Amino acid sequence: MTSVRLDWAAAFAAAIALFPLPWYAGRAEALLPLLPDRPWLWPGLACLVAAAATALAAPRAGRGLVALAAAALVLLLLQGIAIGLPTTTWPIAEALFGAGVRQPAFGPGAAAALAAATMLIALGFARARAFNADATVALIAVAGGVSLALFVFLPILRVLVDVFVEAGRFSLAVAFDRLAAPEAWGLACLAGGVRCGVVWNTLLLAALTGVLSTLLGLAFALLETRGGLAHTGVFRALAVLPLITPPFVVSLALIVLFGRTGIVTALLWELFDIPRTRWIYGLPGVLLAQLLSQTPIAFLLLSAALRAIAPSLEESAATMGARPARVFATVTLPLLRPALANAALLGFVESLGDFGNPLVLGGEFDVLATRIFFAIAGARHEPGRAAALAILLLGLTLGAFWLQERWVGRRQYVTVAGKGDAGIPAPLPAGLRRLVSALAWPWAAFTAIVYAIILFGAFVHDIGRFDLTFTWRHFIEGFAIERSAFGLHFRGAAWDSLFTTLEVAAISAPITAFVGILLAWLFARTSFRGKGTLEFVTLLTFAIPGTVVGVAYVTAFNVPPLEITGTGLILILCFVFRNMPVGVRGGLAALAQIDRSLDEASATMGADAATTLRRVVLPLLRPAIVAALAYAFVQAMTAVSAVIFLVSARHNMATVYIVGRVEAGEISLAIAYSSVLIVLMLLVILIIDRVVGAARLGRRAAAPLVRVGA
Amino acid sequence: MIRFETVSKLFGATRAVDRVSFTLAEGTLTTLLGPSGCGKTTTLRLIAGLELPTEGRIEIEGRDVTALPAAERRVAMVFQSYALFPHMSVRENVAYGLIVGGMAKRAALARAEEMLDTLGLAGLGDRQPSALSGGQQQRVAVARALVLRPRVLLFDEPLSNLDARLRRRVREDIRDLQRRLGLTVVYVTHDQAEALAVSDIVVVMREGRIAQMGSPRELYDAPADPFVADFMGEANVIEAEVAAGPDGVARLVIGNHALEAPLTRQAAGRMRLAVRPEAIRLTPPDGTAGLPGTVRRAVFVGGHMEYEVDTPAGLLFATAPSSEPAVAAGTLVSLAFSRAIPLG
Repeated sequence: MTSVRLDWAAAFAAAIALFPLPWYAGRAEALLPLLPDRPWLWPGLACLVAAAATALAAPRAGRGLVALAAAALVLLLLQGIAIGLPTTTWPIAEALFGAGVRQPAFGPGAAAALAAATMLIALGFARARAFNADATVALIAVAGGVSLALFVFLPILRVLVDVFVEAGRFSLAVAFDRLAAPEAWGLACLAGGVRCGVVWNTLLLAALTGVLSTLLGLAFALLETRGGLAHTGVFRALAVLPLITPPFVVSLALIVLFGRTGIVTALLWELFDIPRTRWIYGLPGVLLAQLLSQTPIAFLLLSAALRAIAPSLEESAATMGARPARVFATVTLPLLRPALANAALLGFVESLGDFGNPLVLGGEFDVLATRIFFAIAGARHEPGRAAALAILLLGLTLGAFWLQERWVGRRQYVTVAGKGDAGIPAPLPAGLRRLVSALAWPWAAFTAIVYAIILFGAFVHDIGRFDLTFTWRHFIEGFAIERSAFGLHFRGAAWDSLFTTLEVAAISAPITAFVGILLAWLFARTSFRGKGTLEFVTLLTFAIPGTVVGVAYVTAFNVPPLEITGTGLILILCFVFRNMPVGVRGGLAALAQIDRSLDEASATMGADAATTLRRVVLPLLRPAIVAALAYAFVQAMTAVSAVIFLVSARHNMATVYIVGRVEAGEISLAIAYSSVLIVLMLLVILIIDRVVGAARLGRRAAAPLVRVGA
Repeated sequence: MIRFETVSKLFGATRAVDRVSFTLAEGTLTTLLGPSGCGKTTTLRLIAGLELPTEGRIEIEGRDVTALPAAERRVAMVFQSYALFPHMSVRENVAYGLIVGGMAKRAALARAEEMLDTLGLAGLGDRQPSALSGGQQQRVAVARALVLRPRVLLFDEPLSNLDARLRRRVREDIRDLQRRLGLTVVYVTHDQAEALAVSDIVVVMREGRIAQMGSPRELYDAPADPFVADFMGEANVIEAEVAAGPDGVARLVIGNHALEAPLTRQAAGRMRLAVRPEAIRLTPPDGTAGLPGTVRRAVFVGGHMEYEVDTPAGLLFATAPSSEPAVAAGTLVSLAFSRAIPLG
């Protein structure tokens, strides 16, 4: 049944592509009148028409349909890439179609044609009995593959190509110079020089963040699960905060505390005559900020791992005569080792990708993420250099990600079986308990102070100078609304960016969740050739740092055939493809809990895949959908690294606006805006939770999230 | 009628089902029996259309369904886990197939209610599946399958999630239902007693192939090889020199001992024989006929005694009704076979 609908849908898309829709972006003309002058469009369109005709007229044609439709897709894309602006048109295209051949970017018509080709490929596969002979499955797989190729791989490929290009010429030597530049790898600091290469800076920071956040997280986790404390809820509450905090907000609080005019700095000066310095700007500050964000995540991971250790293991060691310290050293800790490695690597990877904190607090201490940004946005626009640095960062991240998957991912010990395992976890040895308390409580207090600063800072005159007079000033500046003759007038400076942010988040979050869950279902419940690759690649997109995505999008989508820089669309696409892997992971985890026989029962009762998906799978996946929605929404509201490249005057995002305020020294306004964002996100999560289903945020937060460069 | 013509199913390089051919008659109950990994469940899923065969041809009621997916086969299946949808009420579960097939919701729910009545589940329609007992859940799964009036009904280990007491009853219920409605039923199990009790035909599978196919009696009395003999109830396999005697009673020579035993069919020469535990009788040694042995272990298991006896033919397993006097471990005995099955 589905396959019948799909062939008409494809034919319809092809028809509107050919007739009423404008083929090019920003033009009004439909395709047909343009065709005689544009022979390069002929082969692709001919294939598309032939494929559509085949689909309607020859219901048995499978492989042939795939070939025709795939040819259409490739030819149409290729002509778009080969013929564009003067700078991007391939020489071979000029040789074939005459010098000066140009065309604008794809518009609605071209998009419809590409969609039609994708549908026809899927239909062909289904008719050829691939993808379980189901058109829905085929469509999800093919459309997923095509869009990943267009919006993840082509941009990254573009960056890679840019590394080799200097002034329009392709050169290996240039690429080598860029990738091996002293800027990246220099060791001057060891020899008494001023600075080391930015790669070393990045690695040092990442390693420190990874190790220290794991240790702090471990202290909290031990105290929570084995400390014999009555009220550990406060840890969990503190742990959720960083997940809904824009990543650089912590930096603002640190400036308020430790900046040259900061509260602590001032106190130390007045009480102990300790001179004011700018120590916070640099490695210590960035590290502190990253630890504040990363420790709770390490805590959640390690706490889950500790709970998963069956108490009977520790009890059996105790019955064999081991004292608490020995039980801890010989049973608990070794069982925890994979989780420790996992947490450390996660912290490492997060730090690699972090952009907001180094931007705000880095000072002279540059990391790859910030250096990439300034290579693009700085006074000297150097896309080649940015590309090379982006490739280095991508390499480091993928390396760490690979290590995590390869070395840790498969070595988690499952010690709790399905059967009830009664028993009490072993208490901490006394010495260790004192140690972790000494680490955890001060850090918890510090975290609380940092968030208190964010909360209070918004309501006082100037928390940076310790002027604590109550005021609404910052909110009025940002969010004033005036009544005028024409109705309400949103006069506050922050409204524009807030509306854009909410709009982009509200549009991208459902798409992200929907696509992520669909792909998860595809990976968990169907089998087809190439599934493993598609799944691996989807989850890998996860590891691409935001800065790299930003550079890739801004270079790839600034020119035909896909010219969407400066639009809201690029922001939405960016969020969808960056956050979708989390939806996939969540969906996979949820589907693992849902027995496959439910799908199969539905099939034996006559339901096709689309019906099963709609009536059985999606209703059962509600908690996962809520989690994916909440995550996607929060990410869209807090992300800064990728979007900072993609915003425009018309489409500015809240986080980028806040960063701008920080750079202008308006810390109080930045803090006020941040607190508004945090409250908004809490509200939205509550609403999503209420409307879509009853899922707990806590459970979502406990799942290991790898998010790079938010 | 279900026909398999040299059907194979490969998972990667493994042949889960290997060139299997059979024809199952209309209105019969066939069990697929075998140890885990023998391909019985894959065979069932091939009938359902949940797997498509790698090679070969499948016909259901004369129609070639080889490439037809499950949704288009009109084959209903009761899953081992029952696979009741947890987000729907019992009634909605039963109506699901009707609604998906295009029936109006109201009519479908009414039909579901009738089917629930038929299966003795009246009044449970509004419950959630999780609020039912295991036996009730199983009947809901059956109702959900039957309401679609399938041509073929498949059961995947339907008793495995029930407690021992309930099994016998549910087994009989399934058999009655199948007879009453004249359904063609295929039933997967790894339990030979279950297979013997419910089937018209038993198909014993081993490593993706059919080891033997026949009525329960045939398989029990005349297993084709030691595997089937052992799988259809326990069997002691003994090497012996067989010489045919009068009245179907043959003379067996085992080592340097000779004894007489009735064979299930004519056979002569050196061969392997299967002897069921209940066909071995332990008597006090009298020094003339019989196989001498020493009881190594004697266990009282309620209805009968179980013995392990050390003999020149190896360690033999024998049972005797517990109404007979028990023989203690360590006792010297003489074994007589009341029946022996020539193999191969």
